Amino acid sequence: MTQSEFLNIVTPFKDKVFRLAKRLLVSREEAEDATQEVLIKLWKNKAKIKDYKNIEAFSMTMTKNFCFDKLKSKQAQNLKIVHSNYQDHNVSLQKQLEIDDSLDWVGRIMETLPQQQKMVVQLRDIEQYDFKEIAEMLDMNETAIRVALSRARKTIREKLTSTHNYGVK
Amino acid sequence: MALNNIENLLEKYENGETSLKEEQQLKDYFSSDTVAPHLEMYKPMFNYFLVNQEEQFTKQLPLQTKRVFNYKWLSVAAVAVLMVSIFINNPLNLNAETISESDKIEINNAKEALAIMSKHLNQGTAQVSYLGEINKASKQVDYLKEITNPMDRLLKR
Repeated sequence: MTQSEFLNIVTPFKDKVFRLAKRLLVSREEAEDATQEVLIKLWKNKAKIKDYKNIEAFSMTMTKNFCFDKLKSKQAQNLKIVHSNYQDHNVSLQKQLEIDDSLDWVGRIMETLPQQQKMVVQLRDIEQYDFKEIAEMLDMNETAIRVALSRARKTIREKLTSTHNYGVK
Repeated sequence: MALNNIENLLEKYENGETSLKEEQQLKDYFSSDTVAPHLEMYKPMFNYFLVNQEEQFTKQLPLQTKRVFNYKWLSVAAVAVLMVSIFINNPLNLNAETISESDKIEINNAKEALAIMSKHLNQGTAQVSYLGEINKASKQVDYLKEITNPMDRLLKR
């Protein structure tokens, strides 16, 4: 397999790997390193790539495991929290700041969720995988995923409602 | 879109029962400007999801295509060099003299003859060794000279 063939396989989901890593590791740099590691591991095992049924799901599982290992080894250390720049050119600056603020807030709420719920929300609401794929990636059954998703969504909504009511943005 | 419909979808959404298509409807609704005031708090949530879909991995991937040197071939090359050098130093003796049967017999005969000769020669030398006795005797005779010595002295005085 040549380098370009490999990149053709990997390109459709490498951003998803990166976003999942970022969801779990929070810091952008950490997530970039993790993504790189995962993709290089795939490259090294490129001879076996054709044997995998679903290379994308396999990569996501790999990413999840890799990030968990990273978190375990870093438990004592503090991870850097870096927020990305949200861009939306259609709104005025004032509005933009407000939205940034409230989006930041959602990000912070997401960080407080348990790992499993974080991943489920990431894979469902952001990456829009269907439940079957998520089940394969996280090695859970679909009912458990629905339950985790429901809890996470309710938590986010409740926290957002309370900040909305208090006007804390 | 009817507000009623959205509220229903939201309830289903919170129970984790919406399909991907329905979720897309919700996202579309909340990214529009006409969100009902009592649903305002959902807005950042769905916008956050939409914004986060866009984030990209921009780091360059260092994929190594350089092949690892194969040490197996090193040994093959070494063996080849060794064989060539042996051949150069010691070319195969293709025109080596061949010894025929009759030659072998002659060689054996010659060997036997030489063996017999050396045996007889040894016998001869053994007999000749008695001559050594003569040397002994001559030494003893030499003592007689000692007798002449004092005789000379006497005669001179």
